[in-house]
Parts: sequence; structure tokens; C-alpha cells
Amino acid sequence: MKRSVFKNRGLPYLLVLPQVVVTLVFFFWPAFESLRLSFFRSSAFGDKVVFIGLENFQKLLVSSDYYQSVVNSFIFAFGVTALGVGAGLFVAALATQRVRGLVAYRTAVLWPYGIAPPIAGIIFLFIFHPSYGVLPYWLSFVTAYEFNWLLQGWVAMALVIIATAWTLVGYNIAFFLAGLLAIPTSVIEAASVDGAGAIRRFRLIVFPLLAPITFYLVVVNLIFSFFGSFGMIHAVTQGGPGGATEIMVFKLYKDGFIGLNLGSSAAQSVILMLVVIGLTALQFRFVEKRITY
Amino acid sequence: MRRTVNVFAPALAALALLAASLSAPAPALAKTEIHFWHAMGGQLGETVSELVRQFNQSQGEYEVKALNKGTYPEVLTAAIAAYRQKNPPHIVQFFDVGTQTMLSSGAIYPVFQLMKEHEIAVNWGDFIKPVTGYYSKDGNLYSMPFNSSSPILYYNKDAFKKAGLDPSKPPATWKQVGEFSKKIIAAGGAKCGFTTSWPSWTMLENTFPWHDQPFATNENGYKGLDTKLLINGEFGVKHIGQLAAWQKEGVYSYGGRMGQPDPKFINGDCAMLVQSSAVIGGFKKSIKFDWSTGQLPHWGAPYKKQNAVVGGGTLWVMKGQKAADYKGVAQFLKFISDPHQQMWWSVTTGYVPITQTAIKNLEAGYHFKKNPEQWTALSQLSGTPTANSRGHRLGNMAQIRDAIEPELENIFAGKKTAKEGLDAAVAKGNDILKEFAAANKP
Repeated sequence: MKRSVFKNRGLPYLLVLPQVVVTLVFFFWPAFESLRLSFFRSSAFGDKVVFIGLENFQKLLVSSDYYQSVVNSFIFAFGVTALGVGAGLFVAALATQRVRGLVAYRTAVLWPYGIAPPIAGIIFLFIFHPSYGVLPYWLSFVTAYEFNWLLQGWVAMALVIIATAWTLVGYNIAFFLAGLLAIPTSVIEAASVDGAGAIRRFRLIVFPLLAPITFYLVVVNLIFSFFGSFGMIHAVTQGGPGGATEIMVFKLYKDGFIGLNLGSSAAQSVILMLVVIGLTALQFRFVEKRITY
Repeated sequence: MRRTVNVFAPALAALALLAASLSAPAPALAKTEIHFWHAMGGQLGETVSELVRQFNQSQGEYEVKALNKGTYPEVLTAAIAAYRQKNPPHIVQFFDVGTQTMLSSGAIYPVFQLMKEHEIAVNWGDFIKPVTGYYSKDGNLYSMPFNSSSPILYYNKDAFKKAGLDPSKPPATWKQVGEFSKKIIAAGGAKCGFTTSWPSWTMLENTFPWHDQPFATNENGYKGLDTKLLINGEFGVKHIGQLAAWQKEGVYSYGGRMGQPDPKFINGDCAMLVQSSAVIGGFKKSIKFDWSTGQLPHWGAPYKKQNAVVGGGTLWVMKGQKAADYKGVAQFLKFISDPHQQMWWSVTTGYVPITQTAIKNLEAGYHFKKNPEQWTALSQLSGTPTANSRGHRLGNMAQIRDAIEPELENIFAGKKTAKEGLDAAVAKGNDILKEFAAANKP
């Protein structure tokens, strides 16, 4: 590897300085501020602030609502990731076939990623809303089944999972496409000559070679589901019905911004941070050992 | 080192220039700006803008800048953030249930005091009692009443006709609501009988005072902070239990929180809707069929018919701005509460007029005869409120509402009985009240 040598000893530090400053100001400072706030009970306008130690955390640990939001978060995150990554791989595999208009297809399948989650949420509302959605309206002609996720929790959860996975699928496809196109055709042809069918080739050659990308996408999708899915929940279900889609990041928002309970909200964000850091660390350890690039 | 300096010098110079241009004094403005953050979107927002435009044209000293900051909770969050950064808007519109939070905040400039200190005469006694009762502390108004509404029953006259019902007679009792609904569904007038917007507000927060039932201890929180909810008593269980039973039969169709259920009524799916009178103006524009309104249904004897509580918002003046600005704030608040503006606001939106003078003037012009739906909401606010019907003075009530509504959903979904669901809502609500009391110890 080529070593870069800086004649001026100060220059490299100066060059990384902007990145360090950005990281400190926009990541470490807020994180530290959350940590600090989580030890206080504070009135909404911040005029009365009392140190209460770990009470905010204690309260969360005995709150059944909080446990439900943790369970919801994991169901949501793993659901979104399984669906988003699975569908991404499937569509990417299709988009490597030799068909006419391939470029148009490839462009089209990447589109959903360009749509912000709240906008995607609104689009899904127009399609699925029991009061004014198109789909329930059409369904009412063919079946007596009432598609009402305003009261059925698992339907609401399925809806937000599908909607979020849909916004992520374009991103996943882009990575899988790149990965698939990077696999040398000679390897696959050799397997064909040896008599391996399409499914066998995919299972034994393509999928293992894609493993690093798959792994990367699983991590990114999980983290997005835990942190970045707020807009979708906010636009579609607001955590309802009965708290069935209240994931951790949404509860944190609700308690902090509607409930104005900043201490509890900060404590929740600290826990969420720990969950995601833990998850990522675990996965990276796992991947370093098992997946060879 | 020399090289780096060369690289960064132009950038630094540019930055310095930028900073200088930002801190340079702006050209002297002829008018003092007054910032007003509100939560009125759509047709209501346009009406606010028009009111503000009228004020700005009426005088040359102040320029009110109205800004829609989203929903009520979003407006408050934004105002709190601005207040903490020592640059709050002068005026913030916030909803009824936020009253206790604002009173405890220490961040507000009481309106009665503002008016007194700027020697602007306001006839406080002219405001109708449910309004002064809700927003006063120790007999003084702390925020300026602005948009006040109460939940009323909207009904589809065409659906009533189809079912052979008299379209001039809305159901007065909940029993009739059930009967009428069944007839309408059987006759094919609509798919469901009725739905309810803002479920906690219409079905609990207003239904309790409407029947003179206590919503919480301490006279609904007016007497102190150590308050507990009372919605899981016999009356609450009866009312919510009946809704759950109707939901099962298809008579009632739960349609979500806030205004989400409105489309069910607008598109004709449900024959009746309980929703704020504030949407009258919007409905007049958007609904194609023949509709009218009735009072919030009542359970009848043995319950007394009392009054509904005002919903909607008031304007809070925030501390922390330049002392000279507050004269303009006082003038603006005076302007919008004058009978002329108030009548125009009420007629355009569907919010109720809130002073006796405005009501009398509107009556004199046969306004309510011509627009009976605007009389409906007002008629529910008449009389002298009791300890149960003055309003709700609960800390973090927006969060309490957020604790109640998921439980209502559990009940309507059949996952919990009315008693179990309301018990859970009370337990969560009491925790929130306890937390608020602890955070706001005097």
C-alpha cells in the first residue's frame, strides 16, 4: 500500500479537523446532552430542573408500555429488514436477466429510495386508509373482509413494515445489482457446465459471494428501522391502534414532544442508542469472523 | 505551515465577511414586527391570514407576522425551543388542554395584566362564561380566547330521508342515535350509522361535563395538582361500553384519531359524525349532499344536561421579548377580540362567537336563523358551568389524551372490555399527572 507522507506535520490534523468538528458538534454533543438530560426531571419550559439520578430509567424498566415499544421495535426492524433485503435481492436478481428495456427497469426499481418516508407514508395512506383509501374501497366490492388497520394492530404493523420496506428496497436493489454484476460470469458458467441448475447456482455460488453486501444491507436496514422510521409511523399510524405500532423512536418523540417529558424522552434515547450500538458491534464481530470479503 | 495558511486564508476571509454581513445592522424598519405562531391550516389558516392582514392595514406601527407551525403540539414544541433560546414568538396559539401546562410554565405574560399595563380597556365580563371559566385563574383571563368550538353532531339529511326519518330532527339521545343508525343501515342510506372525530375530546372530555359528570378529582384539576382521573366510573363504562357494542354491530365505525374519521362522513359512508363545530366552514365547501347539525347526543335521565366545554385554542403571550413590542401585542389582541372581527371570524369558520355583544349582533342580523348549524355549538355552551363542566385543568393533558386514545382503540377492537380499557387509561393518566405535579412543585 502506498503511504502518504505529509511534509507539514500540522496539515493532516487540519485536514481532518472539519470532520472531527462536525462529529463532535452534531453527534457527540447531542448524545452527551441526552445523557445529561436523562438524569433530570425538567418542566416543559426548562425553568424547573431537578436531578433525580436514575429515576427516569427505573420508571421505563417497570413500564409495560415501554416493553411493548421495545418488542414492537424489534418486530418492526426485523420485519422491515427481512422484507426489504429479501425483496431487494429478488428484484435485483430479476434485473440482471437479459430483457429488453433493462435500463428502464433498473431505473424504475431504484425510484422508491428517492421518496422521503413521510411522503411514502402519505402515499400509502391514500391507498390503504380505511376511510378514504383506494384499496379498501375496491376490496369492499369483492369481499366482506373489512380492511381496518385503525383497530387491528397486526394489520397496522404489517402495513408500516411493508411501507418502510418499500422505501428501502430501491437502496437494497442498487447494492445487490452492483454485487451481482461484479460476480464473474466464468464462475457461474463453470457451475452450469458442471450441471448446477439456476437455484443451485444461486444458493451455492451467487449468494455466498453476495454475503458481504447482504450483511452490510442487513445492518443498514436494521439501523434505519430503529432510528429513521419515525416519519413513516408519524404519517401513517401515530403509534396506534392501541400502541401496536408504537416503536421506541416514536414513543420517545411522543413522550418528549407531545408529553413534554424531556427527562424520560432523553432516557429512552440513551437506551435506544445502546441497543443500536450493541447490535452493530455484535454484527461486526460476527461478520469479521464468518464472512470473507 | 506557510502553505496551509495560504490554502485557508481565502476561506477564512470569506467566513469573516459572511459573519460581518450577518451581524451588520439591518436597514431600519418602519414597523415593529410581532411574531404570531398558530396551528391553523387549510381554510382556517387562510382566515387567520386575512385577520392579520386587516390588522396590519389598520395601523402603521406594527406588523404582525403570522406563521403556521403545524399542529397544536408542534406549535408548542417550537415555542418552547424558541423560548429556551431566548427568542420566543410574541404570541402563541395553543389548545384548551394545554392550559395547565402554560399556567405552570412561568413563561407567559398574563393577558389581563398585559392589557392593564398598556391601558387597553377590555370588557372581560362580555366573554361568555364557559370561555372565561376555562381560561381564567383567580378570576382573571390568562390567555386571549380566540377560536372556540364545541363538538356537535353532523348528520346526512339524504340518508335520513332514505330511511324514512324526519330530516329536520337529529337524534337527541344516544338511544336514538342507535335506533336511527340501524334504520339508516337497513334502508341502505349509509354503510355505518356514525363515527367520531377526536375520540377522547368528543366522547370523554365533552361527554362527561355534558352529563355533569366529573372527569377528574379536584373539580377537574382546578383545585390542585394532585389530581386523579375519574373516567372509569359507572358513567364512563356505560358510555364507552355502548360504543364498543355498536362498533361490533357496525352501527358505530371507529375511524381513527383527530380529524381522520371526517372522510367517512364526507363520502357518505357514515350517516352521522360527532366533530368540532370548527369544521362547519370546511364542510360547507366540500360536502355535496344535504346535511345539518344537532347537539351532542345525551343519555337522558337520570343524568342532568349541563354544558359542553369549549375546545379550540387561545392566544398566549410569551415573556422574553423587547418591552416595547408588547404594546403592539396588546393592540393586536384587542383588535381580534373586537365584536366586528370576532363576528367575521365566527361566520367564516364555524368557531363560536365568544362575547355577548357579538352573539347579540349576530342574532339581530338573523345570522343564526339563516345558519342554524352555527347556533348548535353555541347553544351547548349556554348557562353557568358547574364544577364538573367548567373545563379541564390537567397538567400534560395532551399526553393524557395520548394515553386514553390507544385504550379506546383496544376497547373498540374488542381486545379489552370498557372497564379494563378505561382502568388502564386511568392508571396511565394518573402516572402522567403525578409526573407533572412532581415537575411543577410550586
